[in-house]
Amino acid sequence: MTNKLTPYLFISPYVIFFLTFIAFPVIFSVVLMFHKWNIIAPMEFAGLTNFVRLIHDPMFFRSLLNTVIFLVIHIPLQIIIALFFAELLNQNIRLRGFFRGAYFLPVVVSGVVITILWQQLMGFDSGLINRLLVRLGLGKVGWLVDPAIAMPSIALIATWKNVGLYIVLFLAGLQSVPPYYYEAADIDGATHWQKFRYITLPAINPTIFMVLVLSTIGGFSLFIEPYILTGGGPLNSTLSTVLYIYKEGFFFYHMGYAATLGIVYAFMILLVIAIQRRFVEKEV
Amino acid sequence: MKRLLLYLVLILGAVMFTYPFLWMVSATFAPEQEISKLLLLPSKFVWTSYQQVFAKIPILRALLNSMLVASAITLSVIVLASMVGYALSRYRFKGQNLLFYIIIFTMTLPFQITLIPQYIMMVKFGWVDSYLALIVPYMINAFAIILFRQHFMTIPQDLIDAARIDGCGELRILFRILMPNSIPAVVTVGIITFMTAWNEVLWPLIVIRDQEMMTMPQLVALFVVGGRAESQLGVKLAAATLLAMPIVLAYFFFQRYFIQSMASSGLKE
Repeated sequence: MTNKLTPYLFISPYVIFFLTFIAFPVIFSVVLMFHKWNIIAPMEFAGLTNFVRLIHDPMFFRSLLNTVIFLVIHIPLQIIIALFFAELLNQNIRLRGFFRGAYFLPVVVSGVVITILWQQLMGFDSGLINRLLVRLGLGKVGWLVDPAIAMPSIALIATWKNVGLYIVLFLAGLQSVPPYYYEAADIDGATHWQKFRYITLPAINPTIFMVLVLSTIGGFSLFIEPYILTGGGPLNSTLSTVLYIYKEGFFFYHMGYAATLGIVYAFMILLVIAIQRRFVEKEV
Repeated sequence: MKRLLLYLVLILGAVMFTYPFLWMVSATFAPEQEISKLLLLPSKFVWTSYQQVFAKIPILRALLNSMLVASAITLSVIVLASMVGYALSRYRFKGQNLLFYIIIFTMTLPFQITLIPQYIMMVKFGWVDSYLALIVPYMINAFAIILFRQHFMTIPQDLIDAARIDGCGELRILFRILMPNSIPAVVTVGIITFMTAWNEVLWPLIVIRDQEMMTMPQLVALFVVGGRAESQLGVKLAAATLLAMPIVLAYFFFQRYFIQSMASSGLKE
């Protein structure tokens, strides 16, 4: 009764979208990789010069290192804090909705707002945190001006912003464990740790993987925090790779090189996520 | 005793996640020299920070731009993604599996790979500094398609057959039968799409240079970075507060839906 063409009409919006905004740009990216181009002058074939430059580009590797520093602090902190509060919320408590709503607030607010807010809190002379430290008789901390501390500070801000989402996800994971598992374990005389290790952990393993992947992708996309807070400084210590691509592409108009950075970086992201999947599936 | 400690930690957590916002709002009403000392209440309330924001940047225009862009994107995603989701869940056609895998694959494709070429396309289309550049690349997305597909699969085929016998066209079946029975999916897609579009800032920074066309987060970010706030804390924070207000208000009234939607978006990943 229905026309054979109907499903194709229904999927056509996505097919058009996919060809225009995904397939074509990916192919175009590969073409750009072998060219030098500032959009205005004609495109110039460049062979492998973009690659050669990338392999010898200290800024690119610095930006990768910065991203790794960010992830190494951000991910464990995220998982531990989220699990901690999820456990607390999973107890038999009143006002669970209120607490959950409060922890979730930073998740919905724009990253621009969060960044401006923390810029004021972490200011060196007039920031609220340093004023508090001084009042307690401690020294000032160069939250955003000390090259060794600036990236960890950004990781803290990002954790503060996102952890509410992961609290909710872990809470859902914890609530999916049938209570009689724990009751049976109690009868067998299991310790707290044993219950956590053999009941809770396997149950929330998919959630841990999800948190891992989501915060890895988030970390690899780091942009607005360094853009507003530090512009990549001090001494390039907060230059994220996306910020670097942005500068190469939209400040210097090195389209070929920026596209090369984008492709190489995207492959690295996919590789890291594939490794994480392997690792978590084996674990537990 | 143990319960007391439990509540104490929970309250401490709530303070940790909400107090900075309260501080921010009260700081915007404080006289400039009081802001950094301020704990919560200024000695007197002043409006100068807000007056300066309104005088220095076209923030109302940016609010309208953001509203328009985010609404257009949300409406378009709901309509277009539900059509694709419908075809995937209720038809058998050649290339169906391929399409499904492509959609799943694009969900994991890092945006960094398409960023530069998409910008060049906007330049070549002549869309730079227009709403088209902000809206068109976001008009449909893989996550929404998958969510609609999953939801439509739970709806009994009888309902659709009955509508067909009554002579309903396919579009009518989708928008009159399936959609009203899929309100949770529509709400989830709506909230997530709107929020993502509202908070997007990298793409506007790339394709919009004309101040009149800027989205709200973009305008506020550039205001703070560009030095026009002249390192006045109150003015920066007032701009940030104005930017936060629409979403925080919406969150205040529809908190439960926000949390459910975002949690389910994570689960589908």
